[in-house]
Amino acid sequence: MQPTTKPATPPTPPTPSASADGLLLPVPDEDGAPFWEYTAQGELRVQGCAEPACGKLRFPPRPCCPHCRSFDSEWRLMSGRGRIWSYVQPHPPLLPAYAAQAPYNVILVELADAPHIRLAGNLVASADAPMNSVDPARLRIGARVQVVFTETGGMAVPRWILEKS
Amino acid sequence: MAATLKDATAIVGIGQTAFAKQLPQSEKELACRAILAALDDAGIDPSEVDAFSSYTMEETDEVEVAKAIGAGDVTFFSKIGYGGGGSCATVGHLAAAVATGQASVGVAWRSRKRGSGPRPWKNTAVQLPTPGQWTRPFGLLRPADEIGMLARRYMHEYGATRDHLFNVAMACRNRANENPAAMMYERPLTREMYMTSRMISDPLCLFDNCLETDGALACVIVSAERARDCRQKPVYVHSVAQGLPSQHHGMVNYWNDDPLSGPAWTAARHLWKQADFGPQDVDVAQIYDAFTPLIPLSLEGYGFCGRGEGAAFTEGGALEMGGRLPINTGGGGLSEAYVHGFNLINEGVKQLRGISTAQVPDAATCLVTAGEGVPTSAILLRA
Ligand SMILES: [Zn+2]
Repeated sequence: MQPTTKPATPPTPPTPSASADGLLLPVPDEDGAPFWEYTAQGELRVQGCAEPACGKLRFPPRPCCPHCRSFDSEWRLMSGRGRIWSYVQPHPPLLPAYAAQAPYNVILVELADAPHIRLAGNLVASADAPMNSVDPARLRIGARVQVVFTETGGMAVPRWILEKS
Repeated sequence: MAATLKDATAIVGIGQTAFAKQLPQSEKELACRAILAALDDAGIDPSEVDAFSSYTMEETDEVEVAKAIGAGDVTFFSKIGYGGGGSCATVGHLAAAVATGQASVGVAWRSRKRGSGPRPWKNTAVQLPTPGQWTRPFGLLRPADEIGMLARRYMHEYGATRDHLFNVAMACRNRANENPAAMMYERPLTREMYMTSRMISDPLCLFDNCLETDGALACVIVSAERARDCRQKPVYVHSVAQGLPSQHHGMVNYWNDDPLSGPAWTAARHLWKQADFGPQDVDVAQIYDAFTPLIPLSLEGYGFCGRGEGAAFTEGGALEMGGRLPINTGGGGLSEAYVHGFNLINEGVKQLRGISTAQVPDAATCLVTAGEGVPTSAILLRA
């Protein structure tokens, strides 16, 4: 039996309440809860295999490593830098709170530290700016971005700003 | 390998209801009407049905259907997951059941009121777990948003344009304009209409999205031996496959090493391995088209062209009648009806019987595919 490197007390998932702007909040499952615990602390972490011979990162989080089948995992701190891999601009019909900001952007960010781990998010002008706060003309595949965290409804949701060049 | 499904079974009956934005009948009634029409087409009494297959998202279950149509003892039933990815697998499961003697007369069906019914992503109260927590909060709310993300990357990587997506929408609409049963029968599409239509999830506009339809379809499967005595010309189930690729993540395949090679690639490998012919021998194809970008992605996955060449493949009328590969000859999900792809199966049968409203001359082979982007399925039919 492998020793477990899971924390003695598993992190409690943040309990989402309604966000002020009516947007959906993440509802963490058991595997995803640590991600949201860390974002609440201002850290972007990705689950990795804790088996030293393997060590591969994986996303979304899950109980077992698909490479070596180890159940030991740890959460590795990312630099929070990445590049836009793709993006869309949703238009209505949408849920009311989203329709109010439409067209907004949704971007997929490929993490600089972890090829093939791509996080969905929004490109915003600043952490607390709305999802449509960046001119669509500035959306570009390959653009460098940096994570910021938006506090909402008792949670911290990662969003992205263009990296200053 | 001893056993094979190759040509061991055949589709001998097809049935459908009207297609419309709103139909007065219940899903259960529509299901029964489509199934009875398919059995009548086959000349088989409903009491002989002993196998059923449909989708997990099908609200009308086999207990209710069997009771309503007066089926006898049923010895095989199955349900396939992942929405539109399940269509061809219903035929595949029944083919396997009939070929191995678990049943003798199988019915596959799909009944749906999407035109007038609810949409799951409209529900503000329910938040889905993984992968919902990684996408929904950021406004990836609808399948169009999720596929739009892949479409944008595909366009970026391979130089695909909105004109290529228009080629797909146009081919489907042109065939629907020839099909009196299609919802878009008398509604032509122009390039100007396409280019100026409202965006749904940029880069996808209104005409890149499938219809919203009420309606039902069904088909009947028996052994090849029995098929020879049926009322209709048998359409043989030549090869079947399902596809759930390694490290797949559903419609948001973003975390895969290669998000642009989806489940089609997995299904295709098995499909062709079991077949006596290859992509170059396919006379007509019915390719799942909930969204236009699924066509170039599927053309690549099923081997009609190389990786990244799917968009260019659509040029020069290749998907139209007389082109290199006529597709979705009834109008498809984009222009005939969107019933989770079941109309593509029945249209494949019509082509091989020679009775399509857009008949490909002497069509003898047809590929039918299920939803790409989700765990999928496909069948090769031959006359
Ligand atoms: Zn491992």
